[in-house]
Parts: sequence; structure tokens; C-alpha cells
Amino acid sequence: MHPRDLSPDEVRLSLTRRSFLSASVQGVGAAALASLLSRDLLAKATASGAMPGLPHFAPKAKRMICLWQGGGPSHVDLFDHKPTLQKMAGQDIPASVRGDTRLSTMSSGYSKWPCTPAIAPFARYGKSGLEMSTMLPYTGSIADDICVVRSMNTEAVNHAPGVTFFMTGSQIPGRPAMGAWLSYGLGSMTEDLPAYVVMTSADRNRTCGQLFFEHYWSNGFLPGRHQGVRFRGVGDPVPYVGNPPGVSREARRAMLDGLQDINREHFGLTGDPEIETRISQYEMAFRMQASVPGLLDFSDEPKSVLEMYGPDVLTPGTFANNCLIARRLAERGVRFTQLMHSGWDQHNNLTTGQLAVQCKDTDQPSAALVKDLKQRGLLDDTLVVWGGEFGRTPFGQNQQGQGYKGRDHFGRAYSWWLAGGGVKAGHQYGHTDDFGWNITKDPVHVHDMQATIMRLFGINHEALTFRYQGRQFRLTDVHGHAVKGILA
Amino acid sequence: MMARPSTALLCLLAASASAKPVDYNDDVRPILSENCFYCHGPDGNKRKADLRLDVRADALAGKAFVPGDPDASELVKRLLSKDPEEVMPPPESHRKVSPEQRETLRRWIAEGAQYREHWAFVAPVRPAVPANGEKQPVDAFVAERLAQAGLRLSPEASRETLLRRLSLDLTGLPPTPEETAAFVADRSPDAYEKQVDRLLASPHYGERMALPWLDASRYADSNGFQQDGDTFQWVWRDWLVRNLNADKPFDRLSTEMLAGDLLPGAGLDEKIATAFVRNHILNGEGGNIAEEQRFNNLFDRVETTTTTWLGMTVACAQCHDHKYDPVTQKDYYGWLDAFNRVKERGTPSGGPTQNGGRSRFRLDGTMVDAPSPEQATELARLQADFDALNKDFFTHQNAAFEAWLAKPTKDKGMLPKELEALLAPDVKRNAAQTKKLHDHYVKNVFPEDRKGIAAFKKIDRARQLLDGYRGDVLPRVMVMSDDQPRESHVLDRGAYLAKKDKVTFDTPAFLPPLPKDAPRNRLGLAQWLFRPEHPLTARVQVNRQWQLLFGHGIVRTSEDLGVQADRPTHPELLDWLAVEFRESGWSLKRLQRLIVTSRTYRQSNQVTPKALAKDPDNRLLSRAPRFRLPSPLLRDVALRASGLLAPKMGGAPVYPYLPANPWESLAIVTKERDFSYPTSQGEDLYRRSIYTFWRRTVAPVNMFDTSARQTCRVRTAVTSSPLHALTTLNDPTWVEASRRLAELAMKASADDAGRLAFAFRRVLGRAPEGREPALLLKLLEGQRKAYAADAKAAESLLAVGAGERDRALPATEHAALTAACLAVFNLDAALTRE
Repeated sequence: MHPRDLSPDEVRLSLTRRSFLSASVQGVGAAALASLLSRDLLAKATASGAMPGLPHFAPKAKRMICLWQGGGPSHVDLFDHKPTLQKMAGQDIPASVRGDTRLSTMSSGYSKWPCTPAIAPFARYGKSGLEMSTMLPYTGSIADDICVVRSMNTEAVNHAPGVTFFMTGSQIPGRPAMGAWLSYGLGSMTEDLPAYVVMTSADRNRTCGQLFFEHYWSNGFLPGRHQGVRFRGVGDPVPYVGNPPGVSREARRAMLDGLQDINREHFGLTGDPEIETRISQYEMAFRMQASVPGLLDFSDEPKSVLEMYGPDVLTPGTFANNCLIARRLAERGVRFTQLMHSGWDQHNNLTTGQLAVQCKDTDQPSAALVKDLKQRGLLDDTLVVWGGEFGRTPFGQNQQGQGYKGRDHFGRAYSWWLAGGGVKAGHQYGHTDDFGWNITKDPVHVHDMQATIMRLFGINHEALTFRYQGRQFRLTDVHGHAVKGILA
Repeated sequence: MMARPSTALLCLLAASASAKPVDYNDDVRPILSENCFYCHGPDGNKRKADLRLDVRADALAGKAFVPGDPDASELVKRLLSKDPEEVMPPPESHRKVSPEQRETLRRWIAEGAQYREHWAFVAPVRPAVPANGEKQPVDAFVAERLAQAGLRLSPEASRETLLRRLSLDLTGLPPTPEETAAFVADRSPDAYEKQVDRLLASPHYGERMALPWLDASRYADSNGFQQDGDTFQWVWRDWLVRNLNADKPFDRLSTEMLAGDLLPGAGLDEKIATAFVRNHILNGEGGNIAEEQRFNNLFDRVETTTTTWLGMTVACAQCHDHKYDPVTQKDYYGWLDAFNRVKERGTPSGGPTQNGGRSRFRLDGTMVDAPSPEQATELARLQADFDALNKDFFTHQNAAFEAWLAKPTKDKGMLPKELEALLAPDVKRNAAQTKKLHDHYVKNVFPEDRKGIAAFKKIDRARQLLDGYRGDVLPRVMVMSDDQPRESHVLDRGAYLAKKDKVTFDTPAFLPPLPKDAPRNRLGLAQWLFRPEHPLTARVQVNRQWQLLFGHGIVRTSEDLGVQADRPTHPELLDWLAVEFRESGWSLKRLQRLIVTSRTYRQSNQVTPKALAKDPDNRLLSRAPRFRLPSPLLRDVALRASGLLAPKMGGAPVYPYLPANPWESLAIVTKERDFSYPTSQGEDLYRRSIYTFWRRTVAPVNMFDTSARQTCRVRTAVTSSPLHALTTLNDPTWVEASRRLAELAMKASADDAGRLAFAFRRVLGRAPEGREPALLLKLLEGQRKAYAADAKAAESLLAVGAGERDRALPATEHAALTAACLAVFNLDAALTRE
């Protein structure tokens, strides 16, 4: 790393390292020092790389798995039961309820707002009796482990700005994503894998065009090493992690040994500590080449575990497969795993069976992940969140006059669930009105959710900042309050 | 009650007794700005207790302090207070004033609490060059500062190192061994200057210098977001490279980028120049609100132009008066107004293809056509083909009408009763009646009819070819224009619907005023930037050039020279260079020549214990900085050193090696368009990185630590990650380059040592020295062992890359040397600009 990309705190860290070095250099000379230093000594001194003073208080969560449900899962169909929509089916949602809500241009010009009941019945699950759709029986089976938040809200009316908003705190691309902030603030817990991993998957029939852009896992203005690393479902899971054809691990090791010898020789001559950093990065790369294939080799998973995640678990690129990888990443100390799954943008296919398929594909793996973490004792300090960029309109959408087959985007109120990592279990938080339109109690804005997540990691969201363009930037912009009501 | 000063504080007091007086800019403002201005600064709306501390008169009126009497000053009392209600800054602000800083403030008040304007807001005046025996002004300033720290400039670097440094900095390519040998052998006194001039004149100079401009203008070859339509903005990239090579003076270059279209007699080139402003993201997602997106684009234009030329972000003032810098919301929207006159929707849309599909290009107005001569010819041909057929349109149409009259098809077009009567076989029609029928035919029947008529099929096909060519082939560059004037307003908290006071273009009030007779548009803005009294423009650009050549600016926060900026390490040098730059006609090459011919630039990078102790971060420039090359240049170095580099310049972007299906994250989710990667063939695999297609949503993965090209970036971080190592070790670009380099080495020399030295020299610009030859031999020996034992592995390694290997070379030897060359490319010294 080069000082130019360092924050003041990082400079302090690096100066400590340098002053240690410079003190030694004066005593023994750079060349001698090179041989005195064991290969990774300097790297180990800052291996975790946490900012001084962080965490601000005792963390509940050490790692997080974000199960991103792209497109906007319908809160009124899945988590927020509204019998009134059934009672008033087909009648307009009263203007007094609708107010001047900002909607997407697909529905903002509508003249009819027919109440559209949930696609499937709701039921109560677990001892806690949390109410959710019968299309989510597996999630129902972890009801006593999760906290359903029914009062999420956002200003975004469209996908990309909405996703960008949750990930980075701003609707406009360019700022660091949450995972990058956590990597920057808390450092890494593993030397063999990136601190911040992203995986993507699509719904079974690729019904919608929700794309996953790199700015959803960008380092923004933070140093480049905090960027999320996307594990791919095809080819090398991590770009270039495999040796070129014809290069065996042994040959590579021999080549690196020679390379490092020459680098150390050069360090002896120039005395630039950055060379030591480079040497340790190449060693980390070599270790990563071994740990990534092991990560993806499920042969050590018992059949019972594989079955938990459902029939797609062995198919690379599926949500189920990614969920199992996420658990394995958590075990290996990856700080932030961001799974991004698409297919919840049901404008005209809510009633066509797509929702049922989508629920089936996501319900079992999501629940399995929570159970699996729990049975391994990892759930206590692993935060799992499940949700998308917004919910869907309580009124039906008659797209292109094809009949009321779906719902439009709706950011005024929607539902998420969280589990583990210091979150209240078997709990529901926040309320909406009889139509699922307005929040009536305990609103949780996107910035509030971000502040809460930071809080669970022991971070005061107002105090994890980075100086850029002459001001202190933070994930939550200038907003957000940690929501105490969902902390265990 | 005042707390008693601690022992530490007393020591500080004693130590400071002999120190120079406290300086507001150097010592005080950074403390106040960081800790106080957020609530007691320029932003009037959020000001607490009606107290303003950034203006002396206001601070005095607010009784913040009593000049000369710290103990009677409220500010000091508040800083020292133990009462959480009283203490400043308040605990919830998470800001802290250290005991040393408190003491500075005390001393400052004791010395009279004088204010000074922020240095960067006062026009630079050429300072006297220190008379310390240094011939070059750059060296005089640097050596002066070093002497204060008991240091001096390091000796000159070796010629080999120097030429590599210079070549990489000015052209982004390493020198050839022949170039190095010629320089080493040149004993003339101006040997170095000759190299500087040679490199400044190289066509590769413009390709190198364009890179930071691409970051600043958030250049990409696609829009970003859903659909991520491709663009033709590369035409601007070529304009940029050409004009940097021509050393178009910076004032003219900038004026064209900001307002070329408004220059008298503006031609196509001047209009293309303004694409700088239009290279931003465009969001084409369904359901989005076009006007909201248009405002996002406008905000981006403000951000990009102010960061690039003023070296300040004014983005805070989108929602409220700036917290630190004296930028008001009115300033912000006044600036925005100059960019709010483009005829555009705010979201991109696509045209047709020649096959009738929808183009992969998605654009938004205003655009200019920028065909190559061949394209212009082809377009003219298609137009002529169409015209030739279409000239008989009405003849054909009348014939079709007559045919219809003879045999009317009643089912087509719902014939009204009165017309039906007119169609009876024996009816005599007058002219008016015939016209009625004709009108009906043209409107209702003809659109269906024409599809079955051969003449029209031909016309329609010619039209499709023409429109498709316009939509899918003909480069159209999105540029600036003032062809749709709009009213601009201050927006409440930046919300595009929350319009407040009307504003028209003006420059920020804290900077020199726009001359009365200046055009009130982008041209006026550009001219204003280059007025001699402008305090920022020259400093900002000089600082960026310094950053390019030294890794850091003289002001390290090169994106921000406002009150929160880092203090310049060499303020006088910065001002001297700024004035020199302006007064000598804004020539970038002249400025760079001045800097790179200095002793400061030519120093060795050797770290001595003394320099490390006194100048650990090399802020004083006691040695030449070492830094890893930007990743696009790492790739260029591999291509050049191996002889693979294709010299072709400019044109549509190319698609070199990337891991399989690089855009799969887009393709997997959408069926809206084809996102398969059209890997290039032949020389396009080996073009310089600047020509690599840059998909905004998925940047080329072998370009790391670069701007993501989402927003304006004028400073990017060099970081170190294992993923970078994996790239340069395993990307086929480097593997194939290694194979080619090995091939050249095997042909150049018969023995191991000679071959290794050959390869080393081509990559590092010098011969291996010290223990390096022995270590290289050992490395090669190890690889030879591996490949001797595994002939198949050797074949596999040599098969990487599209180019054929020379089968006359023994595979084991070739593979072993390929692996050794790959190691050479990955040496720290190879990745680093020494």
C-alpha cells in the first residue's frame, strides 16, 4: 500500500510501522534488516488492519451475510398481512391513505388503485407466532430466530438507485459500499480470503432485467483493497485465482521463491518498506489460490447439510449454492458476504406462478443458512439480513392493459428480516396501516438500518468516517439512527 | 473556573516561547475548520447560537474571543470546560481538540487573533526563488526546504533508472534496450534534455497523459445501469490524445472541453471536445423519472467541472451552503445553470440496426455525427441508394392508388360510406372527389398496401439500411449545447421538484467576479477560469501535474484545495510554478519539461537512514518517490517489453483478454440484450490499455486501483492486494507476453545468463546486478526442472494466448524461460516506477 491512499488513521498506523523500521534501520542498516525480518513479520503487524479506536464498543456481530433480494419483494404478499386488502379487493385504496406518495412513472399516472389481496394465505409460525405467507414455510421454521421489520422505508422509486442507496447510503453511484466500510473500519479476519465477497444469482427464468453493478460493492473513495471481490459462478470463482495452464502449484511455488529472493535483495538495496508489503501480498495470493478451491469443494459437507439447502445446492450460480458458500466463507473469517439474487420485480407475474417459484427457490436456502450457522454456533456473531430495495404497491398493476397481474415498486413501507449477530429473535418491529401503505409505528429508514448494522458491529455510524474532497464522509451520509428496538 | 494548565501544557508553553508567531492559515484554520465550522461556519441555515467563527468580525461580534486575552475568551473557556453542556466541540460531534491544538488557539488569541484568507483563494504571486546555488527554480525551492530539515537532494539516479522513470512517466512505456544504450552512451551535456524532448514528442505521450483526464471525465464506453447501452464517446478520447500530443495550451484545451461549441466558428472538433462534460452515467432503467435523472446528470456536471478546474467539490452546496468553504447554494445552482441548456431527456434511448433489431447503443441528445472518411462515404452511398429509389416514391404511390381504384379492397382501412359510393366501377369522379379518395388511400390503405409492392419493399429496405447505419454504426458523440435554455432554480435540499429562487449563471461569489462583458454561459465560465487573477485554476493543474510525476501533489488532497485541504508541502514552489505556467502560455509540455529536468526529479530513490528518519513519508522530497505503476500501464509495459504491443492509435474500443464471460453478471440476469464479450482478434488483443472497452457497470477486471468511472476522480489510490498479484501472475496477457519475451531472449542469446539479462533489460531497463544474476539463474533452473519432468505442462503453458509459439524452440527450455520471464514481470522493481 502506498501512503497516498491512506486516511489519517491509516497514516498513523503506517507511520508506527515505518518508525519501527526507521529506528531499526538506523541501528543495523537496511540490508541487514532485510534478513533479520521474517518474511511476513511486517504484514502480520497490521494483518487485521482495523482502524485505531474501532470497534467503538463491544461488537455483537463479527461478520455479516446479506441475502439481497433484488427487484423488491412484495411485503403485502410475504411478511405484512393485510386482511383489509382482501375485504376491499378491487376497490380503490382511499386517497387519504395514498396521499402524495412518490411512485415510479409506471404507476404514478394511474387513475385506479384497486386493493389487491395477498396471493396466498398467511399463517403464524413458531413460538413467537410471527405471521408470514404460507409460501415461506422454511422461513416460518426459523421464525423464532429472526426479527421481521415491517417498517422499512426508502425514497428510491427505482431499482438501481434503491440498491445503491442501501449499499452505499446514496442513490447516486460512487460511494463506498457497506462491506467496504466494514473492511476499512474493522479490517480482515482472514489472510487467505478477501474480507468482502460478493456472489450473484438470478431467478429461475430470468424474468426481470435487474442487473448487478459493480458499484453495489465498490470501495468508492476508500482504498482499492476494500472493494468487494465477486466470486463468479463460471470459470475461476475469483478472477485469475487459477494458475495458467501448465503451471503446477509446485512450479509456481518455486517461481515465487525465486521472485521473492530477488525482491528481498532489492529491498536490501533500496530500503523501501513497500517491497515487504509486496512480498507478503504475493504470499497471500499464493495461499488464496489454495483456499478458494477448498472453499468450493463441498465433499466435506454431510448429506444432511446439503439436503437442508435444497435441490439446487450443488448447481453453481444458484442462490442455494451461494448460501452454502456464504456459510463456508463465514467459517473462514470473511467479514462481509453479499449475496445478490434477482427476480422479485413482479410487475406482471405475481399471479402467474413466478412468485411461488421464486419463494420456493429462496425460502429453503435462506432458512437453511440460518439453521446451519446456528447449529455450528456461528449465528450468535453472524448477522444475516434478508430484503430488497423496496416493497410492492398494495394496489395491483395492470401493465400494458394485460390485467392486474402484478404490483409496482413501493418504497414507502416494506419488510425485511434479520437474524443472529445481536438481533432480537422471534420479534417483529414496526407497523403499517391496514393497507400496508403508511408506516404507523417505528419507521426504519434505509439509513437507520445501516446505522443499526454498524451498531451491531460495535461501530458508531457517525464516527466511522473518511476524509475525501474536504469533508468527512460516512455510510449514513448525514442521517440515520441505530434502532434500539431490534437489538437483543 | 479555568482549569489549571497541565505539566505537559506548561512544557509546551515553554517550548513555544521562542517559536514563530502562530499563523492562521497554517496553524489555526485547520483546527477551527475541522472542529468548529460545521456549526459555526459558512452555512447560515445550520449555524448554531448565531455564532460564526470563519469571519473575524462575526466572531468578534459574537464575543467568541478577546484578542490579546485568551483567559477572557469564551472560545478558550468552552474548549477547556468539563461541563458536557458547555464544552466545545460537543461530545456528540465526535470531534476532539487536542491539548496542543488548544494551546495553539490560546497563543493565537494572545497574539491578537488575526485572520488570513485561505491561501488558495488568493491569486498566486510569483515568489522570489531562494538563492541557494541551485540553478533550477524547482530545485531551489525543494533544496531550501530540505536544508531546513538538515537534508539535501539525493544524488542523481543511474541513467538506466532515469530513462525508465522518464519514459514511463511521459509515455507510459518502458524504454527499449537500444534507447537506454544510446542514452548511456551519450556524453553530450544535454543528453538528458534530448531524451526529454524525444519523449515529449512521442505519439505515446498523449496516450499516457490522457489517462488522468479519462478518470476526471468519468469516461466509459457505456452508460451504466440497466441495458448499459454502448456509446461513441471514444471519439472524444481520440480528440484528447491528439490535442495533448499537439500540446494545445491548457487554457484553450480547457475552454474547448467546457465550451468548444460556443466558440466563434466552432467546428466539429470543438463540439466533440465538450463530450468531456457529457461522459457521465446515464440511467436508462424502465420506470425512472427522466427529469430526476437529468438533474442527477446536471449535479454530476457541476461536480466534475468544479473538481477538475477549481480543485474543489461544491457538492455539499447542492443541499445547503457549504460547511467549510465559502460556497453557497446560490453559487452552486448559478454554476449549474450554465450546464442546464442541453436539449436532452435525461435518459438514453436506442436506435435501430440494419437488421431491424434494436441497437446496442443508447444515447441522449445533443449529439454530433463524427464519421470517419470511410463511414462518411458509406453513409453517403446508403443515402444515395435510398434517394435514388425514393425519388420515384410518389410515382409508385400513385400507381398503387390507381391499382386500388381499379380493385378496391374494402376490408382495408374501414371505408366511409360516402367514399364507398365513389368507388363504384362506373362512377365519374371530379378532382376533389379523387383527392378525397387519394387522401383516404394514403392514410389508411397504403401503409398495409406498400408491404406487398416490390418498389416499396426496395425503398423500405434502403431506408432500413440507412437508418440502421445511422443507429448502429455512425459514431454520434454526446456533446454540450445551449440549444434548450431553461430556467434554473435553487433546489431545496437538492430535490429536483423543490424549486426555490430563480438563478442565472454566475461564478461563485468568493472568487473573482465574472467580468461585466463576459458571456453569461459556459464560454464565459471558461474564460473566467483563465483570468490572471484567478487563484485556483493554475495551482490546481500544476498540482495535478506534480502528482503525475511524483505520485503526490504538492497539495496531497489534489481533489480539494479548499479550506479543508492538506497544507502544501512546498507552497512557494506551487505558486511559482502556477505563475510560470500561466505566464508562459499554459503549455503543459513546457511545465512538465521544467519539472522533469530538475535535480529533484532526477534524484536517486535510495532510502538512507537519515532521510527515513527526518522525512519518513518523503514529503520533503529527499529522494525520488517509488510507486507502483497504474494498472493500465502495467499491462502496456508487458506488451511493449515482449514486442506484442500493437502501435495502432485511436478508434473504436477493443476487447482484449479477460476471464471468460466478464459481463456474465449482466448477462445472467437479463435477456434484453446480448452481453457476451466479443473478444478481439489479431492486433486488437495487443493495443494499449487506453483502448480497452470500458463497460461502466463491469470495469475490465485486470485494471485495478483505477477510478470506477462513476464520478469524477482526480486522485486514485495505489493499493496492494493479493488480487493484483494474481492478475499479473495469471492473466493470459502477462503469460503470453512472457512466452514472447522468452522467445526473443532465446533468439538473442545462446546461454541462460544472456537470455535472462536480455529479458530483464527489456522489462526493467537495466541489466541485473549484484546477486540478481545468480538468483535469476537459480529461478530458471528450478523451472527447468519442473518442465523437464512434465513435457505436457510445458506444451500447455506455451499454448496460452492467441499468438502461435515458435515451434522451432525446444518446449522445455521455452516453458522454463517463460516462467522466469513471468517472474521478471512480477518483480517489485518491474511493477514499480523507480
